[in-house]
Order: sequence, then C-alpha cells, then structure tokens
Amino acid sequence: MSTTEESIMAPEHASAQGKGGSVAYFIDDRLASANFTKRLLDKVFPDHWSFMLGEIALYSFIVLLLSGTYLTLWFNPSMTEVIYNGSYVPLKGVKMSEAFSSTLTISFDVRGGLLIRQIHHWAALFFVAAVSVHLLRVFFTGAFRKPREINWVIGTLLLVLALLEGFSGYSLPDDLLSGTGLRIAQGIIQAIPLVGTYVSMFLFGGEFPGTSIMPRLYSIHILLIPGILLALITVHLIMVFYQKHTQFPGPGRTESNVVGFRLFPIYMAKAGGFFFVVFGITVLIAAFVTINPIWLYGPYTPSQVTAGSQPDWYIGFLDGAVRLMPNLETSLLGHTISWNIIVPALVVPGIMFTALGLYPWIEAWATGDKREHHLLDRPRNAPTRTGLGVMALTFYMILQVAGGNDVIAAAFNLSINSMTWTFRFLLFALPPVAFVITKRICLGLQRRDNDKLLHGYETGRVLRLPSGEFLEIHEPIGEVERAKILAKPDVIPMELPASVDANGVRNPKAAKSVMRAKLSQWFYSDVIPTPTDEELQEAANHAQHELHAAQSHIKEIASH
Amino acid sequence: MALSKRHPAALFAVLAVALGTTGAAYAAVSAQTTPKAVVLSETQVEQGKQLFLTGCSSCHGLAAQGGSDGPSLLGVGAAAVDFQVGTGRMPLAAPGVQAMPSMPSYNAEETAALAAFIATLGVGPAIPTQEMLDTSDAELALGGELFRTNCAQCHGAAGTGGALSQGRVAPNLMNSDAKYLYEAMVSGPQSMPLFSNQTLTEQDKKDIIAYVEELQKNISPGGATLGRLGPVTEGLFLFIAGLGVLIVAAVWIGAKSK
Amino acid sequence: MNELEHPTSEPYGSKEGKDLVSGITIFPMEPHVPRKSDIDPKAARRAERQVATMFATSSLMIILFVVAYVKIPNTTLITIPVIGTVNANHLATGFAFGMAILLIGIGAIHWAKKLMPDVEVTQERHALTSREEERQEVASSFQRGKAESGFAERKIIRRSLLGALALFPVPLIVLLRDLGPLPGTRLRETIWEKGMHLVTDATYRKIKASDVPLGGLINAVPENLLEIEHEEENLNQRGKASIIVVRMDPADIVSQQGENWDYQGILAFSKICTHLGCPTSLYQQRSHHLLCPCHQSTFDLSDSGNVVFGPAARRMPQLAITVDSEGYLIAQSGFDQPVGPSFWERG
Repeated sequence: MSTTEESIMAPEHASAQGKGGSVAYFIDDRLASANFTKRLLDKVFPDHWSFMLGEIALYSFIVLLLSGTYLTLWFNPSMTEVIYNGSYVPLKGVKMSEAFSSTLTISFDVRGGLLIRQIHHWAALFFVAAVSVHLLRVFFTGAFRKPREINWVIGTLLLVLALLEGFSGYSLPDDLLSGTGLRIAQGIIQAIPLVGTYVSMFLFGGEFPGTSIMPRLYSIHILLIPGILLALITVHLIMVFYQKHTQFPGPGRTESNVVGFRLFPIYMAKAGGFFFVVFGITVLIAAFVTINPIWLYGPYTPSQVTAGSQPDWYIGFLDGAVRLMPNLETSLLGHTISWNIIVPALVVPGIMFTALGLYPWIEAWATGDKREHHLLDRPRNAPTRTGLGVMALTFYMILQVAGGNDVIAAAFNLSINSMTWTFRFLLFALPPVAFVITKRICLGLQRRDNDKLLHGYETGRVLRLPSGEFLEIHEPIGEVERAKILAKPDVIPMELPASVDANGVRNPKAAKSVMRAKLSQWFYSDVIPTPTDEELQEAANHAQHELHAAQSHIKEIASH
Repeated sequence: MALSKRHPAALFAVLAVALGTTGAAYAAVSAQTTPKAVVLSETQVEQGKQLFLTGCSSCHGLAAQGGSDGPSLLGVGAAAVDFQVGTGRMPLAAPGVQAMPSMPSYNAEETAALAAFIATLGVGPAIPTQEMLDTSDAELALGGELFRTNCAQCHGAAGTGGALSQGRVAPNLMNSDAKYLYEAMVSGPQSMPLFSNQTLTEQDKKDIIAYVEELQKNISPGGATLGRLGPVTEGLFLFIAGLGVLIVAAVWIGAKSK
Repeated sequence: MNELEHPTSEPYGSKEGKDLVSGITIFPMEPHVPRKSDIDPKAARRAERQVATMFATSSLMIILFVVAYVKIPNTTLITIPVIGTVNANHLATGFAFGMAILLIGIGAIHWAKKLMPDVEVTQERHALTSREEERQEVASSFQRGKAESGFAERKIIRRSLLGALALFPVPLIVLLRDLGPLPGTRLRETIWEKGMHLVTDATYRKIKASDVPLGGLINAVPENLLEIEHEEENLNQRGKASIIVVRMDPADIVSQQGENWDYQGILAFSKICTHLGCPTSLYQQRSHHLLCPCHQSTFDLSDSGNVVFGPAARRMPQLAITVDSEGYLIAQSGFDQPVGPSFWERG
C-alpha cells in the first residue's frame, strides 16, 4: 500500500527491501504503482501446454521486430535499375532493382546478413502458424465465449493483419517468385468491379509493375501494419490479463477461481524461458535450413516465371481457391465481371473471416447461452461446435492443398487436371462428412467417459472364474479424471415457443423464435447426460461387490 | 560447434577437396558419356538398321515413318536418338503419359549405331561434340537470364522440375549431363518444344548449360535446401519440424515435474 | 489478493459442492505430490548444477559466436552431410547464437520446474460486470453532459457539426489522388504495331521464319522494347507486350483468331495470362497446349488459343504475324484486344 507517510519514509526503508527496493520506491513515489505491481507479481496463470500457443505468436512477433530492424539497416526498397556487381557470381552483370540487389548484398556480403534474413522469414512463418493454431485452441475449447468475445474479434483482426504483413514482406525482395505473387495480387485488385482499375493504378503509381510499389509496400510493411499489430497485441494481452485466463476443468477449478502458478517467479521463468526457446529454435532453424533462396529465383521481370510459383503457406488457401474456381466471367453493358477472380479471392475470404469474427455471437444466438464462461469446454463436450470447427478446417485444408497442387503433382506423378477436379468435388463433399464423423467421435468419447465413471478403467488383468467365465478387473478412475469428466456443463436447449399466446392470439414473432429454438436444439442434439449421483452410487456399489468376488476368488486360487 | 572451432584454413581445405572431388567426378562422367566425333561408317549404319528393325520398328514403323504408337523419326536427327535411347526413355517400358528416364537398354556402341542409322534418314540435329559442350568460355549470368526466360517456366528457376498438363512433367535437371541438356534443347523430346540453334545459338546453349551446371553444384549458403521446391516444402517443414518442436517444448513446460 | 466486493452482482461462488453458475460438481484440489528435488537434497543440487551448466554453456556459445564471426570469412563454403554445401560463417554463427539463446530458455524453465515451488495457487476471479448503481451513475453522468452541451436541443449546431465531420476526411482521400495516373487507355494498348519485328527475349535477335523449327518455342518481345530505356516504361511494356512464338504443322491448326494470322504454321500469342497476368509459356509441343504455372489455366494454341482448362475465362490473344522482305517475322498489326487480366472497363 502506498500511503503518504510511507512514501516520506521510503528512502530509509530502501535498503531493507533489497537492491531493487530504491528503484521500486522511486517509481512508486511518482506513480503509486505498488498495488498494481503486487497484483502483477501475484497474478495466477493456469498451466497447460495449449495456453502457450499464443505465446509462440507473441515471441515470434518480437523476433520479427528485432530481425526486421536489422534488415532495414541494409535493405533499400527502391526499384531503380542497377547492374549487380556483388559477390554472387551467377548474377554478376544482371540488371535488377536496388531492392533485389540490396537483398543479395544482405545475403552474400553482410556477415550474418543471411542469418538475419532467414530468422526474419522463418519467424514470419512461425508467427502466422502460431496465430492460427492458437485460434484453433481458443475455438475448440470455447474460450471465445462471454466475456471474451472482444478479444476474439481482436484476434481475428490480428490474423488478417498478419496475412497482409506477411504478404507485403514476401513481396519486398523483388525476386521472380515474389514479383509473380505481386502480379497476381495486382490482377485481383484490377478485377474489383467499378473501382479496381483505379485502385490498381493508384496503388502501383500507374501500370504494373511501375517503380512506386516497393517504397509504398515498404512503409506499409515496416510502419503501418506493424504499428497496428503492436497496438492490437497490447490490447489483446491487457484483456487476457484483466479478464484472467480461462482454465480447463479439474479438481478445485471452478468458474469463479483460477488455479495455477504466480507470475513471479514461476511464469517469469517459464514464459521468459519460453521466449528464449522460441527465439533459439528460430535461430537454429535459420542457421540450418535455407528459406526463400532469392538468388535462385533471380530478379523479377514481368516476362519471366518459374514453375512451382507459390506464395508462403498462409496465402496458400487463397491461391488454392483461385486455382479451383471454374472460369466464369460476365460481360454486361460494356463491363466485365470476373467471377473467376472476385469469388475465390475476395468473396470467399471475406465470408470466411467475417464468419470467424462473428462466431461467438452466432453460437450465443443459436444456443441462447448468455452465461459467462471461465472454465473451458473439452472439445468432446461441445460436439456440434467441434464438428463445425473441423468442417471449416477441412474446407480450409482442401484449399491449402490445392494451392500446392502443381508441386504435389510433380512430386507424386499425379495429373494436375484430375487433382483439380477431385478438389473441386471434395471442397463441397468432404466438410459435411468431416462434421458428421467428428460429432460421432465426440459423442463416442463422451460415452466412454461415462463408462469410465460408472465402471472404472480396464486394467487389462483378466480373471477366469470357476464357471469358466472371463472377467476383466476394472479399477475406479482417479479423482482428477473424475473431476474432469464430471465438469461437463449442463446444456439447456431453448424451448419451442407456443405459436399462440395464452389468449389465443397468434404470436407474430413465433416463426423466428421457432427457428431459433430449433437451431438451439440442433446445436445441443444428441446430448449424453452425465450419470446422476444415484447411478454413480449404484455403480460404485456394484464395483465394490465385483471386486470382493474377484478378491475372494484370487484367495481361493492361492490357497490351492 | 566442432566446425566453428576449426581454423579457417581448414574450411578452405575441406572446400577445396569437396570441389576438387566433384570436379574430378564430373570430368570423369562427362568424358565417359560424351561420344567421340560421330563417324558414319557403313557398318555402323547397318548395325543400327538391324537394331532398329528388331527393337523400334514395331512402334515407329519399318521405314521409321511413324505409326499410331510412335512418331515418325524421319529428320529427327542423331541428337534425338542419343537423348531418348541414351537416357533410357526409349524403348518405352510401358505405354504411359510420358517416357521417363531409366536404365538404358542399349550400350553406348548400340546407341551410336541407332543414332547413325536414323541420321541417314533425314537431316536433323547431330550429337554435340565435346567442343560444343565446353562451358569454359560461357557467360554464367547470361546463361541464367536465358534459363529464366526459356527454361524456368517448366523446369523451375532452380531446375528441380515441375508439373505439366495431364500428369506430364518437366523433369528435374539436377542430374542431367550437359550432352543430354543440349540434345533436349535441339530435339524437343516428348512435350518439350525445340530451341533451334538459330534462335537460341550454340553459345546461348553453352551459357544455359553452364548455368545448369552451376545449379547442379547445389551450393546452398543458407543451409539445407528442402529440395529447392519453394514455399510448399518450407511451409511443411515449418509445421512438422518447427512448430512440432515448439509444441513439444510447451508440453514439457506444462507437464508436472516429478 | 483483496478482491473488490460486489454484493449486488454475485454470479460466482459455490454451494454444497456445486458451482452456482454451471451447476458442475466441485472437487477439492488434488493433494500436492512432492518432487524428487523437494525431498532429496542431492536431486536438488543436481538440478542446480544442470541449470548453471546450461547458463554457462550459453556464455561460451556467445564467445564462440564472436570468434566465428571474426575468424571465418563470409565466402567460405563447407560441405556437411545431410545439410549440404553451406556458408561456414552463416552456419557457425547461427549455431552458436541459436544455442546460446536456447540454453538460456531451457535453463530458466528447468529451474522453474525443478527448484521453484510447484504448489498450485488458487485465486478468486473478480466480477467483470459493474454494480447496477455504478452503471446508473455512468448513465446519469452521460445524460448530464449531454444536457449541458445542448447537443440534443441545438439542432443547428448538431447538424452543421455532423456535416463538417462528415466532410473532414475528404482531403485525406483527395490527397491520395496523385498516387498514380488515371487508367486512360493504358490497359488496352501495347507497343506492338504494324511491321514491328519480333525479336528473341533477353538477346534481342530478329527471328527468321525459316529458323523456327516445327515444334519450336521462342520467347519474344517487340523490337522497339530495347529502345525504351526508361526502366519503368520498359518493365511496364514488357509486362504487356511479351509474346511466345510457336510453330506447328499447318494441318494441325484447327482455327485461328483471324484469317492468315499465322505464317506457314508459325503462330504468335500473348505471353500474359488472361486470368491474373502471369507469364504463360509452358508450351507442350505435342498437344499444342499452353499451361500457366500460377493457376493451371490451359490454352489450346492450335485452336485459337481457347481455354481448355483452369480458371482463365478468356482465350489467349493472338498476334497476327507475317514476314518482311528478308523473311524476318513481323507483326501484321498490334493486338486487336487488350492483353492480360480482365478489368471492369474492358467490356
């Protein structure tokens, strides 16, 4: 507590508080930060490996800021044409942009430059991968539910920004691969109805490629998007801190508490250490595995292309969508509408990210669940949500694989044409199948959980009874597992409203309510109730009885 | 660790040995496969004709005029025969979308005889001489330009091959001999178009071959290449190895200590 | 930790072993099982030594990094099994730096896991909803401010302010106008014109018709591209005017985009994909199919360049060619349509 008296007396106490004491007093005398600092140091975080996926993203971002800053010291985002005269012999004398030439300088003439470039690129792939996997964890455990919807939306924005940031960085070296990617992006912009041609002309300072795009992308890549990312990440973390982390069900875990370890010292060491692990692994990968060898691709020129032109993995789903789309185009009143471009490149991702961002409200609306949730769902206990998630993931994965169809075709001697047709079919056929199968698996797991509660787990020890009957000995499960299984929350599907009210007047809103109630019942369909206390008691008695029988039998055998 | 403790000179030594060995191996291989100046002796042509009639005529026709199962060989030249037979693409092992390289069915002498015979049927590109493949005066950078303009669209900028329509592929060039690179350019095997010596001169071809040979050294300053297949394998590696390791680390951190 | 008391909104708490909110059964915390390092001082000392070794090795690695950075020239290559021939400086510095960082991380985590207390702590959550009277106070504060400002009554001020605010971003948008030129007819024109020679790309040699073999492919550009020195225009024009020249048996030509646009089976097509603009020159001479490496659009060059597969909607524009008096290929005219990807005004 910081009261005036204590503040006045502060200098005298400083030595007693250890070396850091005087600094702490100095700061507290000016900010009254003691209360906040105490809360911070004592803050409890639950321990689970999947809660660290977001940390991987955060740490990758820090690595990106660090390595990116080094790159800016040598990189020159100019499209002025130069004749290369650096130390990479196979490109000596070739005309190229300063952007490409300075990237070659970083790779071949700056000691450690290639290492920094590769750290930056690998960290970028890590960043988006960790954001995506973290998103899946939050989705499948229901951590996005009230009161965390706002943070879910911020997370969705972070994902979209990460994609843009990654793509703009991928384009900067001005090599043959990135130039081709930029050409495709320009083609997509140009296809936007009404304004596309203008937007493209303004963005590129004229026709493609022009000489303006690199400096413009550069300021977008190193200033604009990172600035927004940094701001949103800060808000994201403050909200996690303020709302406290969710936790998995288990003994002692309730909706109203957090069980785990304090920030200081445990998480300082664990999370701080994990930063070094993420950083260290990224550096080691950058040391041992090459990424984006731009010198092999050569400088970009709009008349050259390489087989296997692919974007980095996170743009793969977009590329795949563009590849799978049939060739529809409409010419109407002197205008061209390229459905083959705007549907896969703008409409589909637009729908995907909007649905993603709105999902917490969609689910809350469908289920009518307005309660706060701090205990996570085990994915099996929310079969419909898990099914929907796997369904969406299947859709995404098909697009992703389709984005690499030419590389797969070349590697496995398949036909691109039949692969494309297969993927077109699977894109619609597989997701519903994935939904049904996932839901079945979830319900199966729930039943197994109930079996475990009632009959214990199978020990693998089999007894042969005198009657010739075989009996496998079951042991009751431990308290931790019991707590986990019994933590399955009750679900209350909405009830169908009466189509007429008490006075016999037709309810005009009934149709809508009926639909909603049906949706709610669908969402909670196939509920498998956890055993009641009576059932559990009975099962326990039965098990006890069985155990006695078995034990006496064993004694009998032993006595012979 | 051991590596960085070495004296820098040791690295040079290792490099010198590595490059020397590669070079020597290369010289040996090219000496072995580059034929002597083609001498069209009567007996050789006659031997080639006999081989053709027994081994090739069932598809290409008795007079090499072509048929439903194989194209006409009139005027394809010795280069085409040397490429197709020398790389084991012909005779076709089984009907498929594309002839693929395999163990050659004919030895060097027989291949030369077949080539000599086909060369008598019409004017076509000849097998390149050693001098035509000598890349010592080639311009590497121009070769790269020409490779990216004419070859990379199918074989990839790193020469690792790529997919074409209907299951056909542009093969990986990483193990292709200079002679076969040259012969492929002048003869246009399977789906590949021809690049005549008038529009892509012999010097241009030398430059391209020099560039491919540079690629074949497989020097990768930044570490393992992941097959030089671009972002697809990089992404796969990231998820399987990179994220895999970090998740293992996360599980370790979250696990209760004993 | 002293949590705020919120008597009116108490959504949490437990009663008779049941969680009030979710109704789930609450189990007591599982008993703490001591670690080996908690009970065996030897184990604790071993853990301590392990952690210290990791931190010390990390420092060594940093020294190694500096030595490798200074001593190994950046041009030295080294061949290592599995990894290949790599830059020795890169590999050594990267390895030392990476290990140095990694060891700090592993050391810290190991320390936390083995030597710091592992008894889990329970902390109560505080309510995330404010008390009802607080909400009411906020509402009345807002109403008071609203009334004091007169925002509701003074309609003229309100409307003129809204108008001004609506217009205020206009300069921010107008200022973007000079980012680039208006489209004009740029996307419709290329530098091809009647009589222009076709020259090979990269080497700029005129192409004699008799030098184009059957089944041949030439990546070509217009002769005057070389004259466009200004790099920007050169690349922009290259992005539209690049073509491919192929030759096939005239008997194989099913149709063309114009009568006699070929010269003795030699055909010229735009190289810029009509889908999204990638250079398209994966010409397969047996099938006469042209494949785009970006999204696999396939065009049949023996049949007017029509689309036979993939997402491209329009056929590949054909350039009418003939020969000059010396037999070199020239354009009969420019392209009769815009090349490259579609755009709204294309029609």
